[in-house]
Amino acid sequence: MPSMSEAVTTRRLETFGFLRDLASRWDLAAFVVVIGLIAFLGEAARGLFAPLAQLDVTPLSLDPIHLPEYAARTTLRMFAALAVSFVFTLTYATWAAKSERAGKLLVPILDILQSVPILGFLSLTYVFFMSLAPGRVIGAEFAAVFVIFTSQAWNMAFSFYQSLRTIPTELSEAAESFRLSPWMRFWQLEVPFGLPALVWNMMMSMSGGWFFVVASESITVGHTQVSLPGVGTYIALAIEHKNLRAIGWAVGTMLLVILLYDQLFFRPLVVWVDRFRVEQEPGARQPHSWVLTMMRRSRLVQAGKLSFHAVVLWTSRAVKRSDAPPIEAVARPKRSLDLLWVSLVGAAVVLGLWHIVAVLIANTSIGEALQVCGLAVLTMLRVFVLIALASLVWVPIGVWVGLRPRAAEFVQPIAQFLAAFPANLLFPFAVYAIVTWKLEPDIWLSPLMILGTQWYILFNVIAGASALPAELRYAAENFGVKGWLWWRKVALPGVLPFYVTGAITASGGSWNAAQVTELVNWGNTTLRAHGLGSYIADAAVAGNFHRLVLGIAVMSLFVVVINRAFWRPLYYYAERKFRLT
Amino acid sequence: MNTAPILHISDVRKAFPKPDGGELLVLDGMNLDVSAGQIVGLLGRSGSGKSTLLRLIAGLAEASSGELTYLGQPIYGPAAGIAMVFQSFALFPWLTVFENVAIGLEAQRMAKAEIRKRSLAAIDLIGLDGFESAYPRELSGGMRQRVGFARALVVHPNILLMDEPFSALDVLTAETLRTDFLDLWSEGRMPIKGVILVTHNIEEAVLMCDRILVFGSNPGRILSEIKVMLPQPRNRLDPSFRELVERIYVEMTARPTGAAAAARTERFPGLGIGSVLPQVSSNSQAGLLEAVAAAPFNGTADLPKIASDLQMEIDELFPVAETLQMMRFAELEGGDLRLTEDGKAFAQADQDERKRIFMRHLLAYVPLAAHIRRVLDERASHVARKSRFIDELEDFMSEEAAEQTLRTIVSWGRYAEAYAYDDERATFSLENPT
Repeated sequence: MPSMSEAVTTRRLETFGFLRDLASRWDLAAFVVVIGLIAFLGEAARGLFAPLAQLDVTPLSLDPIHLPEYAARTTLRMFAALAVSFVFTLTYATWAAKSERAGKLLVPILDILQSVPILGFLSLTYVFFMSLAPGRVIGAEFAAVFVIFTSQAWNMAFSFYQSLRTIPTELSEAAESFRLSPWMRFWQLEVPFGLPALVWNMMMSMSGGWFFVVASESITVGHTQVSLPGVGTYIALAIEHKNLRAIGWAVGTMLLVILLYDQLFFRPLVVWVDRFRVEQEPGARQPHSWVLTMMRRSRLVQAGKLSFHAVVLWTSRAVKRSDAPPIEAVARPKRSLDLLWVSLVGAAVVLGLWHIVAVLIANTSIGEALQVCGLAVLTMLRVFVLIALASLVWVPIGVWVGLRPRAAEFVQPIAQFLAAFPANLLFPFAVYAIVTWKLEPDIWLSPLMILGTQWYILFNVIAGASALPAELRYAAENFGVKGWLWWRKVALPGVLPFYVTGAITASGGSWNAAQVTELVNWGNTTLRAHGLGSYIADAAVAGNFHRLVLGIAVMSLFVVVINRAFWRPLYYYAERKFRLT
Repeated sequence: MNTAPILHISDVRKAFPKPDGGELLVLDGMNLDVSAGQIVGLLGRSGSGKSTLLRLIAGLAEASSGELTYLGQPIYGPAAGIAMVFQSFALFPWLTVFENVAIGLEAQRMAKAEIRKRSLAAIDLIGLDGFESAYPRELSGGMRQRVGFARALVVHPNILLMDEPFSALDVLTAETLRTDFLDLWSEGRMPIKGVILVTHNIEEAVLMCDRILVFGSNPGRILSEIKVMLPQPRNRLDPSFRELVERIYVEMTARPTGAAAAARTERFPGLGIGSVLPQVSSNSQAGLLEAVAAAPFNGTADLPKIASDLQMEIDELFPVAETLQMMRFAELEGGDLRLTEDGKAFAQADQDERKRIFMRHLLAYVPLAAHIRRVLDERASHVARKSRFIDELEDFMSEEAAEQTLRTIVSWGRYAEAYAYDDERATFSLENPT
């Protein structure tokens, strides 16, 4: 073939000095990081198998010197949960996408689980896991990890499911025509294709998870108090002792931790998965990460990567390959199996319904149910009013920032950072203020609900405004579109799809937050706002099982209905009408 | 050379089930033998089932009835000796050039050293030396398709399937790749015995193929087979080359005769409300009418000539020309497009007059438009939901085709001002938007 005229060169020149052959400085850095990581994990895991009583023997201390260890324990829980979520995602989502029969049930289940207020389950899961490992710390640890898992897994599974369903036909056909086995297809096509979206969702999950890890470390179930060493417990202790300074230390520590895992874990991951994107046009700006550069240049890490690759290939070879079955056999599931599946699902639904009804009818009355619905309406009012207020503030600011690339570059990371920060760490300051100035809790506790979630509105609006094509802005300028007209016809429609995305996230987060913001303590003072959140929190503290179920059921119902009847139609409307393609 | 066919296809038929229990026939009465040493072209417009046939051969889909055998064995699923080159390359973006090429051998669990040797040989053969460690996103379209070729050749297939492999490339790159491919083929340097090329580009087919099968639509079927006896390398300006191109145009515009015409809606004689309407805007129709009306055509245009003048491929030109025929603005026969009196009048008219002519023809010759208009006229409110017409269309066509047909009829109706459509409410009405 004649020589190529295309001006693309990819060969990299590499010179090897004799010293470099031994170890590059990147190797050293990577070595330190790896060993440091191992030490950190070892230290953090040491207490796991201690008997539960040990927690009382070595009581937590408010001395900031312990904070690094507590932060390490907390972070470890986060990553453990993230790992579980990842495995869950690869299995659950794959099952849902591959089996049409299972998918019919699994996908709606995910959708509902996304809307269920998990904090309410906290005490239930503790009871369950403690019974698995009676008297051991690890039971409580499992419970904490499980709670975090439930806050992380659903959106990850959803994203991977979506990816599996949207694999480009040609790629899928190429895999089939080159006769990749299902196992090989999974690792060489499906996982790489889903990774970019999955990593993005892992970051979102991680942000959401901090909120729960802090809330789940220190908990009272009936008359047992469980306090796992961690930042959350440290905060709880500080609240008990009315120690504002200790809370300041905890906040500072968390800031540092979030910065660290972002730089050490997610940045490299984001840069790395950039190559998995299918849109093959060279992007305007490629993300960078110093950690990834380090890992790429280090031969140690390269060796690890290669061995992982080898494992994938080796397993691909080892898994027995069946000769391609006739397509027809796969395409048409048996009717009788369908029937069996439907009846199984039907039986499960009936059983579940019966249990719920039995619990509720036996222990509650219509009156109580109505009262709970009333409380839910109160909470709903709070959420909507707060979203509206936050929108009034952040939409104009977001648009202003988004249209100025310099400002956006500076503000955007801060907004994302604030969204990741567990806002419940800041509650004590607000509570202190309310107690000190004797403010009305029904009103002044409310802003806490949106403290952590408003940032989703801000950074989505910034993203939307930055994505507004320059030509549209020039056109508006050219035709003298200014002032209110400009907002109405250009800016607001332009950012609407992004704004709705942000508002949905903010609203969901606020409902969950209601359970920790409507009932707060400061030392021995308790502040209570009337609403469904405080009802659930009360029931949890009192160990009142049927009230808990009733509260959670009503909250799930409200969230699902609001999503289906309000947010989703709004989202589709915005997507259809205002999305610029 | 061995003359026993490598691939044998007889009486193959492919239909998709429709929701109402009926079926949508996309391929009918396919008979084809491919022998060693041949490049066979499947030429036709989109929707003529040529890509469907290619996927049946690749084992990516299964025929509803009939027989496909490769080396005497029936084809169930992808066969080892059949490899495919895709229209949009279908490279795995996360694999390097080398890894992309090697993947077919990995799937066969070949020994590492062998994989390396063969992949490098294929990369070398196809002119990708030096690009082994590059990722697809770093390559231009031409280089990406070279990877596509190397990936297919490395498994040493007997039959190479090519699904419009050059249509996503610019003209120059496509030409280079074609010549390179033909060079390798004529020198016998590729480990393949036969090639099946799907294309909608007539010149490409004449340039590359030994046999050309011209496909017709509704349902997809072979209209005729043309043997290309010209020696390689072929010259596009050679009179015998031009003659062959002209002949294929004539084949593709020939009116089916006798009973066949009544059974098929392709040429629109028995057009009912159940016909799929092409995505052809009123602007394209006006544009082609003007071009044919003007000099040098003066009302009658030779299709190959006007295709090259307007730089349109048959895939773009034919739907517009056939729409003009359906609207009775032009006649399509013998490779020529001839304007009718109204077609000429339209080309000369001003905007308002054009709309009046268009409205008249739309309601007279497009039954769906007439049907919508009648429904609106009959109702007291003069309003009708879109879903009502979609339901009616879906008795005749797929959901997707129904949506597209409705989009077309909305746009034509809007241009003619025959009726109005509100997308927000998904309703047709007679009132003009304020």
